[in-house]
Formats: sequence, C-alpha cells, structure tokens
Amino acid sequence: MRITCPNCGQRDLREFTYMGHAVALNRPAADADLAQWDDYLHNRDNPAGPTDELWYHGAGCTAWLKVRRDTVTHVISDAWLVMPPSKGVK
Amino acid sequence: MMRIRDIGPAVSFTWDGKRLQGQVGDTLASALLANGQRVVARSFKYHRPRGIFTVGSAEPNALVTIGSGAAQDPNIRATVQEIYPGLEARSQNRWPSLGFDILAINDLASPFLSAGFYYKTFMWPRSFWEKLYEPFIRRAAGIGALSGQHNADHYEKAFAFCDLLVIGSGPAGLAAALEGARAGARVILAEDDARMGGRLICDNALLNDAAAGDWVDAALAELAAAPNVTLMPRTAVTGAYDGGTFGAIERVGLHLPHQPELPRETFWRISARRAILATGAIERPIAFANNDRPGVMMASALRSYLHRYGVAAGQQVVIFTNNDDAYASARDLEGAGVQVTLVDARADAVAPAGFAGRFIAGAQVCDTRGRMGLRAVQLRHGDGRTEWTRADCLGLSGGWNPSLHLACHMNGKPQWDEGLSAFLPVPGMVPGLDYAGAANGQYDTAACLAAGQTRARAALGDLGLSLPAAADLPKTPQAAARPMLPLWQVPGKSRAWLDFQNDVTTKDVALAARENYTSVEHMKRYTTQGMAPDQGKNSNVNALAVLADVTGRSIAQTGITTYRPPFVPVSLAALGAGAQGAGFAPQRFTTSDAASRAMGAPMIEAGLWYRPSYFPQAGETHWRQSCDREVGYVRNAVGIADVSTLGKIDIQGPDAGAFLDFVYTNMFSTLPVGRVRYGLMLREDGHVMDDGTTARLGPDHYLMTTTTAAAAQVMKHLDFVRQAHCAQMQVAFTSVTEEWAQFAIAGPKARGLLQQLTGQALDGADWPFMACGPIALGDVQGRLFRISFSGEMGFELAVPARFGAALFDRLCDMARDLGGGPYGMEALNVLRIEKGFITHAEIHGRVTGFDIGMQGMLSRKKDFIGKAAASRPGLLEDGRELLVGLRATNGSLIAGARLFTQGSDAVRTADQGYITSVAYSPTLDASIGLGFLRNGRARMGEVIRVKDHLRGVDILAEVCNPVFFDPEGGRARD
Repeated sequence: MRITCPNCGQRDLREFTYMGHAVALNRPAADADLAQWDDYLHNRDNPAGPTDELWYHGAGCTAWLKVRRDTVTHVISDAWLVMPPSKGVK
Repeated sequence: MMRIRDIGPAVSFTWDGKRLQGQVGDTLASALLANGQRVVARSFKYHRPRGIFTVGSAEPNALVTIGSGAAQDPNIRATVQEIYPGLEARSQNRWPSLGFDILAINDLASPFLSAGFYYKTFMWPRSFWEKLYEPFIRRAAGIGALSGQHNADHYEKAFAFCDLLVIGSGPAGLAAALEGARAGARVILAEDDARMGGRLICDNALLNDAAAGDWVDAALAELAAAPNVTLMPRTAVTGAYDGGTFGAIERVGLHLPHQPELPRETFWRISARRAILATGAIERPIAFANNDRPGVMMASALRSYLHRYGVAAGQQVVIFTNNDDAYASARDLEGAGVQVTLVDARADAVAPAGFAGRFIAGAQVCDTRGRMGLRAVQLRHGDGRTEWTRADCLGLSGGWNPSLHLACHMNGKPQWDEGLSAFLPVPGMVPGLDYAGAANGQYDTAACLAAGQTRARAALGDLGLSLPAAADLPKTPQAAARPMLPLWQVPGKSRAWLDFQNDVTTKDVALAARENYTSVEHMKRYTTQGMAPDQGKNSNVNALAVLADVTGRSIAQTGITTYRPPFVPVSLAALGAGAQGAGFAPQRFTTSDAASRAMGAPMIEAGLWYRPSYFPQAGETHWRQSCDREVGYVRNAVGIADVSTLGKIDIQGPDAGAFLDFVYTNMFSTLPVGRVRYGLMLREDGHVMDDGTTARLGPDHYLMTTTTAAAAQVMKHLDFVRQAHCAQMQVAFTSVTEEWAQFAIAGPKARGLLQQLTGQALDGADWPFMACGPIALGDVQGRLFRISFSGEMGFELAVPARFGAALFDRLCDMARDLGGGPYGMEALNVLRIEKGFITHAEIHGRVTGFDIGMQGMLSRKKDFIGKAAASRPGLLEDGRELLVGLRATNGSLIAGARLFTQGSDAVRTADQGYITSVAYSPTLDASIGLGFLRNGRARMGEVIRVKDHLRGVDILAEVCNPVFFDPEGGRARD
C-alpha cells in the first residue's frame, strides 16, 4: 500500500502511522458539554466504503495527512495536508 | 528409468549418503529419476513409499532435506532444487531408512486413521495433550525438521518497481514481456523456474516451423538486451497485495555450492503499476485405488523429463487421460523408444495419428500394484471387464487447473467454467492484474501468444504509453483439441488419494460430508485437504469435485476454498532477512557509550537507546553493591549520569509560549526567560501522556524535554496538535535530541565541580533552583540547567554532541577527585524512587493527573489538550487507585505485586491496587516502592498486604508519602 503525500509524492506505507478517523480534527470548543466530548473522543462509525482518516508521515516530512481510503478495497483515492501551507506558518 | 540424452557435464551429489551422478541442468528430481531412484519420500501420515510426481513447483511427494548441520533446509521440493557439485540431499519422515520405515505400520492401521481421527481419539485425559499425544503425533506424522541451531546463512530483502510485472515466462508471458520491452516500459519478468520458457522448453513444440526453444532463445536475447527489462528467473511471485504490490521469493544461492557471502534467498517487494498473470496451468491427477505408488506421475511431467532433462521415467508406461493433451506425452515417449499404452476414459476417443502402441478408449485405470515402485496397473474396460497390465510408470492427466492463485489473494473468487471444467479468474479480482494464457483457460500455444500480446498492450495503453505496431507472432502448428471428459475419481474399494502430501483420500472427503462438514472450507479443515506445504495445488479442485459428488451439488455450488499468500513456501529466514541479532531494531548510542563500556558497565536497552546499568568496581560481586555505592555518590558527593537520551524538542516562534500552554496542563507563556518549569502533558482523553521540564531560552525560544521512552510519541503528538488545532500559530519545532549531549551533575559537591569546570560562581542568586542559561566551556558554547531528578543539588550540562565524549570523561575524572563518579540507570532509579519522582512505570497510560497527585497542575485559566476529558466525574473520585509510597515492614517489595487490605484474601475481587516501581534504598536502609492504591492518599500509615501470586511474594508494607527522602525539597535548593 502506498500513500501519495502532497509534500513527498507516492511513498510506501511503512513511512506512515495511522491514527483513526479524521473526525479527530474537529475538536469541540473548550466549553462544549461532556456528551460532545464523549462523541469526539470515543464514538466512531465503521463504514464499508470510502472514509477519511489520519496518517502521519513520520518517516518523511512529518506532515499529518487526511487520507481518503475505501475500507472495502483499500484503494486510497486522495490525500490532503491537515495543515496546508496557506493556512499557517511552520 | 534412464537417461536417454545427455544435457550437460556430469555433476556428483549425494542422496541419503550415497554418491550419485547427475548432469548440469538437472533438478534433484530429474537426477534421481535418471539414477533409477523410485522411492524418494515417505508420506505424511501413512508413511507410504512415494516417488516423484510432478516436474515443477507444485510437487507434493518429493520433499527432501538439503545440507546438514545448522544450515540444513528441510522440505525442499526436489523438483525445484537444482543440483550442484557436492549437493547433499536426504529423504525425510522415515526411520530407520527410506526403504524400511517402522512407522509404515500406520498404513496397516489406516482404517483407524481416517479424517478427524486425532480429534476423536486423543481427547482424554487432558493432561496427556501436551506431554504425550502431541509429541507422539508430531513424531509419527511429519515432514522435515529444522536443525535447531542458529543459522548463520545470509538472506536479503529487496524492493523493485516497474510499469509491467509479467508473472510467468511461458508463451503468454514472453509475448507480454516483449510488448512491454518494445513500448519502453519498465518490465520485470519473473519466473519460478531456473529457465525461462514455460512449457515451450518442456514440449517438443514447433514455432515458426523450428524448435520452440529457438524462438524462446531469441525472445530472451531481445529482453536481456533491453535496458528497461529485468529478467528474474528462480523468482516465484508469492502474493498479491494492495496498491499493486507483489511479494516474490528469489532463490539466489540455493542452487549453488554454499557461499557464505551470497544470500540464500531474497524476498522481494515488487511495486507494479500493471501486472499480467501468465502462470500457466497445473495438470490434475485422477483418484483411483492406490494411485500414489512410486512411478505414478503427471502425464505432462513425463514429457518434460523427456525433452528438458533427457530422462525417460519408465520403460513400460501407461498413460491414463480424459483429454487430448496427454497424447503428446504418449507420442513423445513412444518416439524415445518407450513402450506406451494409452488409456482414454472417453469412449469416442481415437488413437492419435502415428501412435503405434496399445490404445484403449472408454477405459479407466482402477488399481495398481507395487509397494516400492509401480509394477502393474489394473484397467477396467467400458464393458466392465478388468485386466492387469505390467507397467513401471503411469502418467495421469485429468485435465488442467489454471494457476490463478495470485488473482485470489485479495478476496476475489474465481468462477467455474463448465466447458473447460476448471475455475477461471474473473476480471478485476486484483486491481491492475490481468490474465493471459493457460492461467486464463487458454490452453493452446497460439492463444497464449495472442493473449500475452493483447493483454500487455491493453495494460501499457492504460499507462498512457505509446505502442509500436504489434509485431507478428510466431506461427504455431494447427491444433484442434476435442473436449475433455470430466473425471475426478474411479470407483473402487481401496483408498484413492487426493492430497498426496497430507494423505487425504476420497474416503476422508466422503466421511467429512457424512459428518456434516459439507462446506468446502469445513471439509478442508476437517480432512486437512490442501493444508500441506503444496497448499493442494494438485488436489483442491479434485477434492471439491468429490465433495460435490457426495453432497449431490454441482462444483459451482460447492465453491472453492480461499487461496491466500504465499503461493509457494517462503522461508521465514527470507521474510525476516536482516532482522535478527543487531538487525532486529536500530541501535542508538550516546556519546558516552564507549567510555561506559570501557568501564565495564553492562548496558541495558531504553527504547532504542543503550544506557549503562551501573559501573562495577574491583571487589564488587553483585550489582547492588555498585548501585548502592553510586547512590552514595549523589547523596554524599557528586555523581555523573548521561541523560542525553531524554527527548529534546526545540520550539521557537512568537506563539511558542501559547503553543506550550495548549499542550501542557500548566502555564509556560508566563515562564521567565532563563527559567525551567516542570510540565505535565495529557492525551486528549485526559490521561497522562508524558512529563518533563521545559526551559525558556529566550522570549520566543523554548527547549522541551520528554522522557526517553515517549520522545517519538510526544513529537508525533506535537505535530498533530500544531497541524490540526494550531494552524494559525506562528511556531515551529524540531527534535534536537541527537544534537546535544547532556549530563546530570548531582550531589552536594555538584556546584563545586562546576565552579572548577567553568570558573563561574554559579551561586544561588544567579543560578537558583530551576534556572537555565548559556554557559561557556572554553570555546564551546553549552547550556546549563539547574534541575534535579535525584533530589540533590543538581545541574544538567549540555554541549553539542561532538564534545560529549570528552566532556563525559572530564566530568567523571573531576567527580572521582571529589569522592564521586559516574552512576548508572540502577542508581538513577533508586534516587528517583526515594524522591517519589515518576517515570513511565507510573504514567503507564491509565493514570490521570489526579491519580498521581498533580490535579493542582491542571490550569483553570486556559484550555489545554485533555482538559475537558480530565474533568469527567469518574476521573476525580477518591476511590480511584492513587499514587502512594510503600515501605516494606518485612521482606522485599516487588514490582507487579498486588495490594490487599491486611487480613483479606488475595483474590481479584479484593484487589486494592498494585506496585509499579521498587528499590532498595541505601539511604533509608529499606525496601521501598511506588504504587497505586484505592483511596491511597487517605490511607497513610495503614499496613497492607503485598501479594505476588506468580513469584510467591506475600509480605506487609506501610503506606506512606511517595516522597521518602527530603520531602521539603531543601537539598535541591540553596
């Protein structure tokens, strides 16, 4: 399996580590109620089909990627930087 | 059996210690056949004598052991192993000898050894399972054995990339590879065999009115000359995986005399944009009584041994077929002077033109004789009449199974084709993989060549390559094959073998069905059909046809078992190449590593790092003596420890402080420049991730330290928080762990040592506890931090890593002059436990800030990672297991022990907590420890029971403040 990192191009799976669904990007506000936090922390769908998930290019550019992967076929159709260059300064 | 044509110079090898002659180009199988060696193995369960059955990699019988001593390789297929001078081969699964095997008694006991025998018989008593039954069964039923010694042989892993991977080099594969070569694509042509050409080099076939081998040679020459083509003979593609990745095993040194520097095998990962499966087809046998005798072979194998190896496998050969392909074997053997009888199960069959031998249509072979080698076969004619006829070799052809295994590796199911009586791959089973030739049910050479060309052109077109006009394919003789007659088994009373390797017979399959294992997957597991190293390549389809028959279903309804990687056996040594010994994991060494080892320090692993355990001195006979002495250095004089392995993250930018406020529970934006603060870091779920000190080196410049164990995890976490939640911040950070060598200088004389080293006063006014700043050591710009992990007056001095080794030596010398010296991890651990400082033994992933008594560090003024979750009610209850100190009142504490109320039973329901770290404290002369105890902070002074069921510890301990020594912390301050 390979992922096309927007910074580095197509790279081998072993350069990446996985962290679950991309819903982790949507951090609730500090004053959100505990039910929202519970949802954010623990509740995940288990879709059969395309889903967005987070991968860390730790052995490459250290970017976090949002990757669209089909859980049925393992086909990776797209990958985006969690923090595009335009969005911040690193 | 005899050699009728020489194929190369003589090569001598040994078989069961006997010296034999083969020829260059022989496999072990062809050489054994040429030497008249009929029995080459004993079967798995019944220990029946067995001979060579096939010519290629699907061989079920002829598994042998190659080599001896540590390097012996068991279960090598004699049909794959090439011979070389000095090759040492031995038969397996026999005692005392291949000719006389005591356990052949199993064959007489066969009525009791049917499918499911073990499950039904060896049930009671349970205590016999591991001690008696398993060792006995393993000895009785078996194949080759490993040496049990360390194998120093060399194996490798490698990676390859291509536009077009062609799997198999028969007519379809060669035609496909030629298209790729001419289109300028990067092509890999992988072939399991030592020689490329597939059936073209095994048949007496014509291409362009000349020997097919001439065309093969020309094609290979063109491919070899193309810079964009890689030819990989002796390379079996073993698996198809996601994203166009294929596994392959290459025999690099297995066919040569042992050369230590040459890898035995290389495991390849091939990344291919497109692939063509041109793996051909595997001929299937027919089941009838005693069809497993030495001398019974596949009909096509007889032809291959004849043409490729110059070996006639028999003098009186019977060919039993249900299709036209075996006619070629009959004709060719006859042409070589062998007496051939051709038995065709089809009633309307007609003798092939020019065949002079006996031809019988509408008949079947129904039994055989000859325990140590075939002597006669029994024929049953169409009218029911039977006769015995002499034969030393029987060639079987029950049709062909396309070799489609790789296409099924990603869950795809092949489809049954009624016309061909075979399973065929369906498009799209593996993305990017297409099929050509016999692997796709196209059996004649012209169709193979055309399919190879067409499918390759389609794949190359998909890749956007511009293709030259298709070249003319070689001319093939006209061939019109008549339809085959499906024939899986011949009725009879005696055992008829399906899976030769696992000794599964038609009776076993019928028994499985009777016992309601009617699903093909259940039948497989109950009978072990297809579960041997050959994975049932010859037998799976036959077995499910028999199952379909006894269950009254069609083959399509019965379905096929799942094919999984690897396609051929892959040695674990190749899969794990490079990963044994020092290659198992990367090793990280500090700048003081050589000096520590020179002082005799045993090194222990800390993550990937190696750190000194202790520094033994003359006269010390136990590590505790060294450890206690080193603790004394720090408590009474000065000790030196390398702390470079702690993670160091350099954080800069106008928002550096705000970023730290967000990742730590406490405030860092308010930290003055030149000061250090202890920080607690949570995961978003409210549990502790890591802790450490962070120094403010400038207004926009911080240096964070992490624990050694969590350095990588923290870096990944910071990257996530920054990129996912703090994109607007102006902050940047990078790991500088390797850039700096850092040493702890701890003890009452630490300041004195540093004054001497730096020439500076370093007094409490300028350098108070938790101060930091630059410091010059001559021309070297270092950093000094006044922090302590021992509770004593302590500094940590950092210099660029290239000065680390020199600084360590100097610090050790100076410490010795002051009555101290270096201390290792054991002493470091004792010192921190005496002070109640936590490590990942305590913050093991299930504890909160509340649990470790740091709830006061959870800021109320700001948001931070883990804040919301840490405030959940359940995480703030006194009944939780809370950090406490423990002091043994009798005996020694042990980490991992469980805690119980004194007087209660040591059972799970009464569990009150556990111990995480223990030490003998020379300072207090006591066995002390840290642990977690329910409502522990309210139980100071209570005596509790410490019980470790595993290691037999049952003592009492007093609950106390986790800070055992100097609870006010005055010693670290001025």
